[in-house]
Amino acid sequence: MITTSNLSKTYSGNTVLNIESLDIPKGQSFGLVGNNGAGKTTYFSLLLDLIQPTSGHIKSNEIQVNKSEDWKPFTAAFIDESFLIGYLTAEEYFYFIGELRGQNKADVDKLVGQFKDFFHGEILGQKKFLRDLSKGNQKKVGIVAALIGNPEVIVLDEPFANLDPTTQIRLKEIIKDLAEKQGVTVLISSHDLMHVTDVCERIVVLEKGEVVKDLKTSEATLKELEMHFAG
Amino acid sequence: MIKHFLSLEWKSFFRSASFGKSLGIKIFMGFLSLYFMGMFLFIGFFMDKILKEVYPAMDPLIAFNGLIFFWILGDLLMRFFFQKLPTMSVKPMLTLPIKRKTIVHFVLGKSVTSFINFLPLFAIIPFGIKLISNDYNVSIILIWILTMVILTLINNFLNFIIESLSAETELSFLPIILFAGAIFALDHFNIVNISEALSNGILAISEHPVFITIPIVILIVLYVYNFKILRQKLFLDSSLKTKTQEVNTANLEWTKSFGDIAPFMQLDLKLLWRNKRSKSSIWMLALGLLYGLFFYPQPMYQDMPWFFAFIGIFVTGIFLINFGQFIPAWDSGYYKLLMSQNIKYEQYLKSKFTLMALSVAILFVLSIPYVYFGWKILLAHFAAAIYNVGVNTHVILYGGSFNRKKIDLDKKAAFNYQGTGAVQWLIGIPLMLLPLGIFGVAYFLVGFEMGCLILAVLGIVGVVFHQKLMKAITGKYLESKYKMIDAFDQNN
Repeated sequence: MITTSNLSKTYSGNTVLNIESLDIPKGQSFGLVGNNGAGKTTYFSLLLDLIQPTSGHIKSNEIQVNKSEDWKPFTAAFIDESFLIGYLTAEEYFYFIGELRGQNKADVDKLVGQFKDFFHGEILGQKKFLRDLSKGNQKKVGIVAALIGNPEVIVLDEPFANLDPTTQIRLKEIIKDLAEKQGVTVLISSHDLMHVTDVCERIVVLEKGEVVKDLKTSEATLKELEMHFAG
Repeated sequence: MIKHFLSLEWKSFFRSASFGKSLGIKIFMGFLSLYFMGMFLFIGFFMDKILKEVYPAMDPLIAFNGLIFFWILGDLLMRFFFQKLPTMSVKPMLTLPIKRKTIVHFVLGKSVTSFINFLPLFAIIPFGIKLISNDYNVSIILIWILTMVILTLINNFLNFIIESLSAETELSFLPIILFAGAIFALDHFNIVNISEALSNGILAISEHPVFITIPIVILIVLYVYNFKILRQKLFLDSSLKTKTQEVNTANLEWTKSFGDIAPFMQLDLKLLWRNKRSKSSIWMLALGLLYGLFFYPQPMYQDMPWFFAFIGIFVTGIFLINFGQFIPAWDSGYYKLLMSQNIKYEQYLKSKFTLMALSVAILFVLSIPYVYFGWKILLAHFAAAIYNVGVNTHVILYGGSFNRKKIDLDKKAAFNYQGTGAVQWLIGIPLMLLPLGIFGVAYFLVGFEMGCLILAVLGIVGVVFHQKLMKAITGKYLESKYKMIDAFDQNN
């Protein structure tokens, strides 16, 4: 589904990302781990064509993302709060995203309705602007909005950060369900090794912009990752 | 401690992300400052002559004192719009071992060094020296100068109190206008003769220096009050705890008739209505509509029809100018979202275009009553409106592709230069001066009707080539996509 070839990103002589090749098949739940500055967000930004690669390219479903915009209809993402529109309510935001993705209000209502548990009664019908919600609740809105319109690729940067334990557990179920049952390619990054190993079939470790480990998740994976990061 | 603060200020100035980019504004502001300095120096040097002309029978110092009331009032109004309490990022300081007192004193002390406080000196000192050379008692003049400085500082701190009171309200400039208006009215209708009392007071101080304690006490009281207000605000929760507004959702179904741009129009309308910064550009509409009233009632301008088109451009285009100059910075807060979503850039821009074109039409209809001052005005306004729709909308959208400045939607707007770069100043030339030039030339060469016709034709040409122009503009935006994303991601 997503192929990366000879991709590199350099900021004034400083290479922050350098991936020779990385293929992510359709329906895989893919986890990206690495310390700060390892290049996780840079990779996602390149995938979403928010920054320009210095060399190489990413193809999503055979579409080169920095050449054509045709990857947009089947790709959804939540990277950070700058993906939210602060002066809308949660509902309005969902409807807006829905309209951009060709979903009418009923479709959106139906999808959002499945996440009643996840929202814990703090999001819908609140008559509050998104900018007035807490960081955790903002994140919930952003994540659910990324699920609108049946995307085939979903990119979530640090989805577990800022969420309370209950929500973290629910989110794990949602992500697993997406990849296993619906065949969605899910890309997440996280600092929490336990969560990633729980959710992802495959985990790639980035270090200073390079892939240093590419693991198929098994019983031993968590141990291995912990050993790696313990140095 | 002060030394640390000063070094922080220095670094925040020179290391800010937009330092290089906002140099244009700084230079512009520099010229403006020089201009004002020159003006004040001029006034200061020739004050005695001017006063002799106007009040031949009066002593210049007494005559000047009689005007101080108006000067103070004007100064206060100017300050309200131009001067903001200097801020420093306080949050990181709160947990450090620094006394809150020190921070507040520093912020207040820094406000004293504002340019606007030194400006009066350029007028007062030359005037004082001239008076001394005209055989006034040196000590009286020195005391007088000192009094004026204290009055300036009183204004300085009074302004911050008024600002902190009005910051809460929506129409932020209403309290100051009411306050100034009320005082002026009291004086004007002789209910309380403030100007004379003030003049006598200042005279009394110059003669009996003991009285100078009165303004000093007032100054101290104001300072202490400011200190109190600021100190209260200096807690983490007062910045965290923002008032959560209750949302009223309006029904914007009517936008559906605009087809595929409807979601963006709804978004734009909500943007305008729900954010402080953009909301004030709606209030500017009222001011813009009344702009013509400054000119048309005066017979002098009645004989200058070449000027009508300019006012027409302004009156019908006030929203276009106000809103348009910050495209796409209005959406800077969530630009990444828009860029990774399934949208067509052209629809996004077309929504902005439609909004601006609609506003021109509505403003033109609202400005029809100007026909009272002559049918020529209506004709000029009509031509200007067409020109606005056909030409200026495209020009301003094109200018927007050079926009690299983030906007914080929640900040107050009056004279807030955030998001303003050199482009915003430069764009004013084709926007306002070009039509004025075209119209003026046509007026002088052929006649009034020809001027209107040319403007209207230009506008129609713009409308005819709308699709083509939008394509070109969209291309320009796509070209600078990465630069914009990067710039909008940065603070300051």
